[in-house]
Amino acid sequence: MPRSTLAVLAQLLADQEASIVKEWLETLSTGGQLQSGRIREPELRTQCTSFLQGLRTALAQDSNDTAAPAFAPVKQLLADISKSRAIQGFSPTETAMFVFSLKQPLVNAINRSELFAANSLAGVVWQVTLLLDTLGLYTMDEYQKSREQVIIRQQREISELSTPVVKLWDGVLALPLIGTLDSERTQVVMENLLQSIVEQGAEIAIIDITGVPTVDTLTAQHLLKTVAAARLMGADCIVSGIRPQIAQTMVHLGLELNVVSKATLADAFAVALKRLNRTVVSLKTDPRQQA
Amino acid sequence: MDRIPILKLGDALLVTIQVDMHDRLATALEEDLTNRIVKHKAHGVLIDISALEIVDSFIGRMLDNIAAVSRVLDADTVVVGMRPAVAITLVELGLSLAGVRTALNVERGMELIRLRHGAAERDVDVDNAS
Amino acid sequence: MSTTPPDTLPIRTSDDVVFVRQQVRLRAVQAGLGLVDQTKIVTAASELARNTLDYGGGGTVTLSSIDDNGRRGVRLVFEDQGPGIPDIPLALQDGYTTGNGLGLGLSGAKRLSNEFRIESALGGGTRVMIARWK
Repeated sequence: MPRSTLAVLAQLLADQEASIVKEWLETLSTGGQLQSGRIREPELRTQCTSFLQGLRTALAQDSNDTAAPAFAPVKQLLADISKSRAIQGFSPTETAMFVFSLKQPLVNAINRSELFAANSLAGVVWQVTLLLDTLGLYTMDEYQKSREQVIIRQQREISELSTPVVKLWDGVLALPLIGTLDSERTQVVMENLLQSIVEQGAEIAIIDITGVPTVDTLTAQHLLKTVAAARLMGADCIVSGIRPQIAQTMVHLGLELNVVSKATLADAFAVALKRLNRTVVSLKTDPRQQA
Repeated sequence: MDRIPILKLGDALLVTIQVDMHDRLATALEEDLTNRIVKHKAHGVLIDISALEIVDSFIGRMLDNIAAVSRVLDADTVVVGMRPAVAITLVELGLSLAGVRTALNVERGMELIRLRHGAAERDVDVDNAS
Repeated sequence: MSTTPPDTLPIRTSDDVVFVRQQVRLRAVQAGLGLVDQTKIVTAASELARNTLDYGGGGTVTLSSIDDNGRRGVRLVFEDQGPGIPDIPLALQDGYTTGNGLGLGLSGAKRLSNEFRIESALGGGTRVMIARWK
């Protein structure tokens, strides 16, 4: 019974595994995969060997349909590789090259081998190319997915990190905002601040926007909503750090922040202390001189 | 019919809303409070809503009405203890309760009433003296 | 995980409005909505249930839990056989009311929801659908 092309290919992969891996590794390192030191030769070698073995197992089941269950282990391996590449900071090209650079060694191996009749070579090479292209694109998809996950996680971390509510004094909280305020982030900020107001029994909250690059209509609305919600709970907000350009933009946009605003956080703090009937005085004696 | 109890606290009245308000209850509270302000010559009304999980426009309107009526009767209304989620939702709903004073808790609300009332009495004294 | 089947509740009295609020809260908790989102959908439900009662002469609400590829939420459909709304855009304006409310019911409920759809025919009743996603 004549064996199928795929089964013969599997046979070829088994026979020439050592030489294919050697050549593949050379292509990869010429392509610069090892240069950055993000991955070491033994690790890359293991990945190459495992991929070839997975591919061989899939082909031995007489399948070239990458959606078939036979390819599931190979795809899982590629997904893992893509994920680690994405995290290690490989570029999309570098990641895709892992699979694509197998083409040359594999075609060389087919040419060297005597398993195929001369007139069937073109067809075999075509099949191999198609298969590797599909797997390469799959690698890209996985790479993209991992990158997106990284970005989402970072966004969440940034929004959590960048909205600390700090206590300045008994009853006085400050929220130093840094970076652009989008709707989702503002919601997190707003909830954090209001929750802190309850927990700390704070009567005054200072929202400092020195670190906010631009204030558009939406941002201004979010700010106003926060101030309004705080008022409903029984706390007053002071907005500080409105930069000159922002003040101008806001006037041009016809936005009026109908809230108490101060130029700097220090000014706002002074207002807060005054409302609480507190004041800061200098000590009569310099503590450094009493020793 | 159920009624929400009104407590007398010095010269202020304290209402703690602890049940999910239905409409008749809200209407009854408005009436009761008005009568009690007059009866006790109260100078302040504290409405503690810290147990309320939502405030919709109906309850919002009730709070607004109570504040307006008590103002006419020379008493300050202070709504205390609104939860953050409720406050955010009210703002989104479009209710600002502009005519209602607010405080974080009953204690602060009492202070607010004393402060306002004390100031008002001092003003009267000054007027008499001149 | 199985989702609770849809529920249809009557809105005939102001006590029904209270019951609707409680049921919506349960659904919202089941769908994993955060506290603020729960409060928003329950408040929106309260507004619409009151509209159904006051302007629609009573009706029903159908509560369903939604799970769209892992995106979970709550969907509410309020229906009445009342006189209908002649001018929907006008009814959606803040402060517009034909009764003695604040005119924030419809517009407010819309702002508090992620999805909002309204259908109404003069003499043919009103149907309002809202949804809030996690």
